[in-house]
Amino acid sequence: MPENVSSLIAVRDVKVHFPLDSVGSLGRLLGRPPARVVKAIDGVTLDIQPGKTLGLVGESGCGKSTLGRAILQLVRPTAGRIFFKGTELTGLNARQLQQMRRRMQMVFQDPYASLNPRMTVGDIIAEPIEIFEPLRGEALRRRVQELMRTVSLNPAFVKRYPHEFSGGQRQRIGIARALAVGPEFIVADEPIAALDVSIQAQILNLLSQLRRELGLTTLFISHDLRAVRHISDRVAVMYLGKLVEVADSHEIYRRPLHPYTQALISAVPVPDPAVEKTRRRIVLTGDVPSPINPPTGCRFHTRCPYAQERCRAEEPPLVDTGGGHQAACFLLEEVSSGGAARDSAA
Amino acid sequence: MGTPLLSVRNLQTSFFTREGEVRSVDDVSFDLEAGQTLGIVGESGSGKSVTSLSIMRLIPTPPGRIKGGQVLFGGQDLLKLSDRQMRAIRGKRIAMIFQDPMSSLNPFLRIARQLTEISELHLGLDRRAARRRAIEMLELVGIPDAARRIDDYPHQFSGGMRQRVMIAMALSCDPQLLIADEPTTALDVTIQAQILELIKDLRERLGTAVILITHDLGVVAGMADRVAVMYAGKIVESAPTDSLFARPAHPYTQGLLRSMPDPLQEVAELYQIPGLPPDMTRLPPGCAFAPRCPHAAEPCSQPPETVAVGAAHRSACWLNVRSETRA
Repeated sequence: MPENVSSLIAVRDVKVHFPLDSVGSLGRLLGRPPARVVKAIDGVTLDIQPGKTLGLVGESGCGKSTLGRAILQLVRPTAGRIFFKGTELTGLNARQLQQMRRRMQMVFQDPYASLNPRMTVGDIIAEPIEIFEPLRGEALRRRVQELMRTVSLNPAFVKRYPHEFSGGQRQRIGIARALAVGPEFIVADEPIAALDVSIQAQILNLLSQLRRELGLTTLFISHDLRAVRHISDRVAVMYLGKLVEVADSHEIYRRPLHPYTQALISAVPVPDPAVEKTRRRIVLTGDVPSPINPPTGCRFHTRCPYAQERCRAEEPPLVDTGGGHQAACFLLEEVSSGGAARDSAA
Repeated sequence: MGTPLLSVRNLQTSFFTREGEVRSVDDVSFDLEAGQTLGIVGESGSGKSVTSLSIMRLIPTPPGRIKGGQVLFGGQDLLKLSDRQMRAIRGKRIAMIFQDPMSSLNPFLRIARQLTEISELHLGLDRRAARRRAIEMLELVGIPDAARRIDDYPHQFSGGMRQRVMIAMALSCDPQLLIADEPTTALDVTIQAQILELIKDLRERLGTAVILITHDLGVVAGMADRVAVMYAGKIVESAPTDSLFARPAHPYTQGLLRSMPDPLQEVAELYQIPGLPPDMTRLPPGCAFAPRCPHAAEPCSQPPETVAVGAAHRSACWLNVRSETRA
């Protein structure tokens, strides 16, 4: 059992590694490891409290989507354990896992690719219900229409096909499908990234409203720090397969501790020319290194303006700095006195 | 002020589809002074990219056609030039960078060839000089180890580095105008910051005028001198950047600004613009934003006039017309 029993989701030292080379049957027999491995997730421990939204941010390739999928067991972790209300998901067989699926669902990024173009909206939303419940005929139809109303879609459109809807409406269909079997937990993977600005606010508000009304626990994965701040109770920042900082939402934006979080927040353009003119932006040099051969020590040291010898050799652990604000950096004191972007942003 | 570098007058570009004529750009006018940056903001389908493609005369015909107006560049109407004359301007005096640097680079050619082609063609450089110039440009946009990387293929570069290559290519002939169409949309936020800083820096060093097309009001806030907001093929509001953000006059601009989560502030609920982006084949007769506008009233069934609401600040809304006449 995980030590923190109040969590709805508990992730304990989870790793997801993808082998790049085949080791061959002889190699497998000898237990030989593949030469190259993508370490998409490399030791993540995380809790999500019931009814809360955790925002997971990071740049492309940092492993945030893989972590979301690993929690739902859509990819099986290479190591570590994942608990849902105390039940260890990583220990379940396929049939047991399928029964758990109705309690945890997913909303996908691309509302164009994640809906079957040959199915009507009604059939798309009804499919998960038919799998898990005996509901059929008129009762099923009523349930589908009720779900459509929940996400503010006109139930008269039940016979229409996905291509007849706009991007925002399709995302509503995806949300209705995820809600159809009454899950307690939802992973929303970049749910607004493909939408127009005026539609993003609509979907963010819908997600907030559903969380309030249904008491949903949510993992909200996004690279959009503005949206994450708005919707999340707590925020976790990922870099190259590791968490570098976890804190309450208002805390992490007001007082980011990790140099990577500081750079991320300072890089977000603010829709206010007065702010943009005066603030000092931390521009990181270089690109995110490859997760195939991640840097030794702290993975961020190749781009970190504060990096020292120790950062290249040792890996900093994620430690609680007080009040549930966790950060993984050896140099927290230097970084916070280093006059980071947070003051210039005000 | 003298003659603007670029003066777009009553530009109209339509696409003729099975569902009828789509007026993607409908009577758009704006000026851009040399060395200045104009931000064009709008959602998908608002006509911001079609405007820039019309300036470059890159509208696929058919189905598209530039129906009318003028694009005066250095006093010359680009729409009246022959294809051959236009080719001499495109890439040399006006250059463009696109959202997706992967699909705008030829995957089969080394970066070197793609960069030297332009300077050989437009500047008449020989191979060796063109190669020297190309390395210089790659260094200018911050590609480390440029002399070696120049012989790599596009897939060997990361997204941010590819966008730098695109910028190097666009700037190789010292254009007077750079059109950047969503240059950072496909990039991560820390890489976006790098590219925006690079464009800012080069603009100052080379004195290039920039048209920056984006859906992100945050990006224009830090980059543009002037902003034009487009909706359904029309400029609904245009103003100096400070004025637009401080006193947005058009309800669409107001809605866009209010609907963005502010990274520096917390709000309980986001303002949301109701409804859907307009169906360009079935626009209402008057103001296209009226079906989503909280202030819509009877006059909105007629096309609104564009009126001045401040210094160099214009808005196309009946609300502004009324308040102006009252004042």
